Amino acid sequence: MWVKVAVHVLCLLPFLYLLEKYHNGSLALEADPVNFLTHFTGDWALWMLLACLAITPVRRLNASLNWLVRLRRMVGLYAFFYATLHLLIYVLLFSGYDMSAAIEGARAGRLLDPLRQLMTIWPSMLDDLEKRKFIQVGLLAYLILLALAVTSPQRVLRWMGGKNWQRLHRLIYLAGAAAVIHFWWLVKSGVRTPWKDTAVLVVLLAARLAYWAVKRWRKPAVV
Amino acid sequence: MLLRAKKAHEIASSEITPQATVEAFHQMRRSRRDLLKGLGSVGAAAMLGGFATAAEAETALKVVSTNYKVSDRETTPAAKAKNYNNFYEFGTDKGDPARNAGKLKTRPWTVKVEGLVKKPQTIDIDTIMAYRPIEERVYRFRCVEAWSMVIPWDGYSLSEFIKAMEPLPSAKFVQFISDDDPKVMELPSGIEFPYSEGLRMDEAMHPLTLLTFGSYGQTLANQQGAPIRVIVPWKYGFKSAKSIVRIKFVDKMPSTTWNDMAPDEYGFYSNVNPSVDHPRWSQAHERLLNTNSILPKIVPTLPFNGYANEIGAMYAGMDLRKNF
Repeated sequence: MWVKVAVHVLCLLPFLYLLEKYHNGSLALEADPVNFLTHFTGDWALWMLLACLAITPVRRLNASLNWLVRLRRMVGLYAFFYATLHLLIYVLLFSGYDMSAAIEGARAGRLLDPLRQLMTIWPSMLDDLEKRKFIQVGLLAYLILLALAVTSPQRVLRWMGGKNWQRLHRLIYLAGAAAVIHFWWLVKSGVRTPWKDTAVLVVLLAARLAYWAVKRWRKPAVV
Repeated sequence: MLLRAKKAHEIASSEITPQATVEAFHQMRRSRRDLLKGLGSVGAAAMLGGFATAAEAETALKVVSTNYKVSDRETTPAAKAKNYNNFYEFGTDKGDPARNAGKLKTRPWTVKVEGLVKKPQTIDIDTIMAYRPIEERVYRFRCVEAWSMVIPWDGYSLSEFIKAMEPLPSAKFVQFISDDDPKVMELPSGIEFPYSEGLRMDEAMHPLTLLTFGSYGQTLANQQGAPIRVIVPWKYGFKSAKSIVRIKFVDKMPSTTWNDMAPDEYGFYSNVNPSVDHPRWSQAHERLLNTNSILPKIVPTLPFNGYANEIGAMYAGMDLRKNF
């Protein structure tokens, strides 16, 4: 039990750091707060996703680590949490949405102003989605995480049946790949910043392949 | 005493520099060199005009003001302009240059002028700085990444310097090559260094194009491209080469770093143009970074970054969609 609490705290630390940065004013002193928030939440969404993908290979190293599996859903949901922040920041701060105008309007009693802002920016967001591969692949990763988050409660698992549930949740590999590709496609050509995350993902996926291959080799398929 | 510093916009690019200016320039260089030899460079530089004596510290510049102001936008706080820099030699994160550029030594520093000029030569930075009164010009600064600042730059028109160099009539382009010292720079792999940028001759000779030594009344911080860079306010920021060590006059369009790496994303001209999108984002708007608020200030991007009138007919007849 205390492990779960500890993991909750750990996973919330980046978010608490953001709140503190907002509270003490250092966020506003960032040269480009929007850019900072975008990258910060994007990084942590990806890192949580990688942490989630690391649980199974680490667990397989030794039977005494089996308890780790109980943390997997939680870490996955935190990946979804940071990805949601990332998406919200894109929509409300990055895409051209005029947050100041929306807030001002709402304060002046024009409660539809925030919505009007959204309507204004909608075409350019669709344009982004239509034209830009890194947005498409990023949205794909998000939609997968959304589907996994929605189906994460025990009750849904029972309702879906274990086999179906597992099939759906294997999409997390695709989400991991899509997230890393999103990263590669958004940096300038020549910039190799995403290589570390890519290496981690490749190792985690390769560990699964190796495990699967060894299992097959040890226990030949039943004829 | 050199010629009176004219207001930059009074100078037509076709105007020919009187020989006296050039003579004076070389005379000054000679006397300065002798003095430096005699006194040791630091003391001499300090005596001669109070320019930077320490390598890294930003020191106050003596500047004269000009008519170049930005009336409709507030100036960006200096701390923002000096902590958010694309200077990939010092790392690819925009905070990296401020963290890493301290190692760059900006004295002694020379600029090698070569190629199609009458007198190829290597000139000391303090000589270049003392050649003309340093003006403070407030310019809009638009990054290709769709953010912008408003920055007071200190320097004089590049055209003044170029005229003194006497380029040959065959010189059609100017290439700027930045420092690439592996001892002090990160030089991330994947990008070819030294950084190279270039301008067409008429762009380089345009009075708006500023040979820049400082900002906010101080010498440039290392992360801004100290001790000498150019600022071309109607183009995306990456066109404005930093920490220049060589200026080369050439007859063909020079190869430039970002254009070489991704020609579909970064054109040679890269004039600020709201109607030509970057493949990965729209250029119609920009995030104006000139307040200490976390909420973005989003403003429409102006053709030629708001300098369309000054630019005049320079690109007349050119398809700016093709030549983006």
